Amino acid sequence: MSEPVAKPKSSAALVQSRRNALRSYLGAYGFMAPAGVLVIIFFLIPVAIVLYLSVTNLASSNFTSDLAKMEFIGLKNYQTLLNDQFARKIFFNTIFYVLVTLSLFNVSLALIVSLLTTHIDRSAGFVFRALWILPRITSPVVYILIWKRMMAEAPFGILNQFNEFLGQPTYNYVATNPWVFVVVVNGFIGVSFGMIIFTSAIESIPKDLLNASLVDGSSRMQRIRYVILPLIRWPLLFVVTYQTLSLLTSFVEIQLLTDGGPGLYRTEVWSLTAYHRALSNYFGNAQWGYGSAFAVLLVMIGVVLAVIYMRVFRFDELVAEPRVEAL
Amino acid sequence: MEIRIDNLTKKFGDVVGVEDLTLHIEDGEFVAFLGPSGCGKTTTLLTLAGIYKPTDGLIRFGDRVVNTVQPKDRNIGMVFQSYALYPHMTIFQNIAYPLKLKKAPKNVQNEQVRQVANVMGIGELLDRRPGQLSGGQQQRVALGRALVKEPDVLLFDEPLSNLDARLRLTMRGEIKHLQKNLGITSIYVTHDQVEAMTMADRIAVMNGGHLQAFDAPDELYDRPKTRFVAGFVGNPPMNFLDVEVSPANGQFLAQADSIELPLGVERGEASAGHRGTVVMGIRPEDIQIVDEGDVRGEIFVVEPLGREDLIDVRIGPHSFILLADTEKQHRAGELVSLNFDMTQAQFFDPQTERSLLWHQ
Ligand SMILES: Nc1ncnc2c1ncn2[C@@H]1O[C@H](COP(=O)(O)OP(=O)(O)O)[C@@H](O)[C@H]1O
Ligand SMILES: [Mg+2]
Repeated sequence: MSEPVAKPKSSAALVQSRRNALRSYLGAYGFMAPAGVLVIIFFLIPVAIVLYLSVTNLASSNFTSDLAKMEFIGLKNYQTLLNDQFARKIFFNTIFYVLVTLSLFNVSLALIVSLLTTHIDRSAGFVFRALWILPRITSPVVYILIWKRMMAEAPFGILNQFNEFLGQPTYNYVATNPWVFVVVVNGFIGVSFGMIIFTSAIESIPKDLLNASLVDGSSRMQRIRYVILPLIRWPLLFVVTYQTLSLLTSFVEIQLLTDGGPGLYRTEVWSLTAYHRALSNYFGNAQWGYGSAFAVLLVMIGVVLAVIYMRVFRFDELVAEPRVEAL
Repeated sequence: MEIRIDNLTKKFGDVVGVEDLTLHIEDGEFVAFLGPSGCGKTTTLLTLAGIYKPTDGLIRFGDRVVNTVQPKDRNIGMVFQSYALYPHMTIFQNIAYPLKLKKAPKNVQNEQVRQVANVMGIGELLDRRPGQLSGGQQQRVALGRALVKEPDVLLFDEPLSNLDARLRLTMRGEIKHLQKNLGITSIYVTHDQVEAMTMADRIAVMNGGHLQAFDAPDELYDRPKTRFVAGFVGNPPMNFLDVEVSPANGQFLAQADSIELPLGVERGEASAGHRGTVVMGIRPEDIQIVDEGDVRGEIFVVEPLGREDLIDVRIGPHSFILLADTEKQHRAGELVSLNFDMTQAQFFDPQTERSLLWHQ
């Protein structure tokens, strides 16, 4: 029996193993390349362009065919922004909108819908969930038009026609309670994302575990509290994180519903402002540079929030290598 | 706690889980549900636990009809094949969970959990999480969790199927020992007939959602009431052969092609009354390889099992499994003479598959 001694590698073998290492290295990047290209084209490059625009004075009022006339003005746009008398209001509008919609609809109602529909007959649960997906898959324009038709003032709105028919006073719903409608209309869209994630998380809890809890003496409510909720902790935190960021950047529905009004900036949110300033100014002047400054701040807030969430919720634990099963 | 199940049926839409099951289990008894996969054992158990509502029939715990009683109000403990430990709780929290739900005071919880954990030999594991335990340890925790609430009834659903053979043997003994000590009425579901035979006071054999037999282990083995029971209980399984039984000079003869086996009066009369063929069953240990026997055949295959050889002997188109001493060193192709112990032979009606010897 010879001793197992590590043989010195021949130079040919060395070249071979280097080649293998290179190949697997290239393989890894090859697989990541499509996603990488998408990130570069649709995220990094636009961010770079917007970053650049935000330090220029580019606007339709000074726009010529000679873009070189665009002037570098440093942080002046940011200065203007901080001194903007409405920036503060819009900032708090945004926080209000994101917090309320997220907590009431995107998380709570999503959780309630998925808990309810997983505790009833399977096919009935499926039907209810399908209904909740409708707002998401309907085109925003159509979806908002439906709401506007329902809620429009007398004599156009369907609800108000009912009111008139019943001899009740009529209301200008959206104008009197714009925030209620902004939150509800967006909330109905937002429910489906969390609902799908929570439902699949609940359904992937082993049946034995759920049965064991009942046999151990829990009611169905106690089972939700002590077993189901702790077991879907990661999906919950993920939905909170993801939906915060997507609410921060969403504005199409608000634009279509109230366009930030009624009145001055009553329901205007940050991302909508960026759009208004850059592309659809009331006064016909598209301030591309100034709007970009809004957008840049939004991206920064989003990145900071994402990092905070990842720290607080310890997402690194979620993706950590599983400990060796001691079975 | 005495359990009486009367005409229990549980259907899932059109799928029959279990049908028309009647079973009376005595207080303190250890009953096994034995049957192949999909025969309705788990369904029956979960219906007893209150997870499923019966489609039809009555379940009584003592004098109380529990058909619509919630699981939490049945005071049962259950052990699952998958252990079903809560992965987000420590072992202590797992075992304490039933007590917490009962709102037992903290110090009582503490004391009872430790006591049960010591009995189960998992006292040092209380701070760990289920994922950090071996399968055997997890099963002990599951058993501890079922016992801690001092249940009236213990339900086991194939609790040892995921363990390795040696551990299975140890746990088998421990569970039986615990059950006898505590005297808790227990139902133990298994598809492993050795487990059922060694542990249970009585075995309910099920097939296709129907109860086939409910008897003590040796009764099932020696006097199987249906062909299914005869074939399912016993390892290696019973040999079956279609034979014609006819009287012959004061005795009887069981015949199939060239095979002719003399049969005693008692068994002969019971099976000969039947027109045409009947199904004869004979266990491997009741067939011997001898120098001078009833019939001759050829060894087709020899499978060494260690202690003995499992031998497949072909006689014409028929095949018989039997056991032989390894020292005899039988080889495939060898011509042998067989002796059938016909006093142990079983006979079944080919249509109803019921025993012709042991009427219900
Ligand atoms: N929840 C259920 N829904 C529909 N069919 C079921 C359900 N549970 C069990 N069954 C069916 O009932 C029969 C018995 O199943 P089960 O009691 O799990 O068998 P066993 O535990 O003996 O292997 C099987 O045909 C199975 O497919
Ligand atoms: Mg089963």
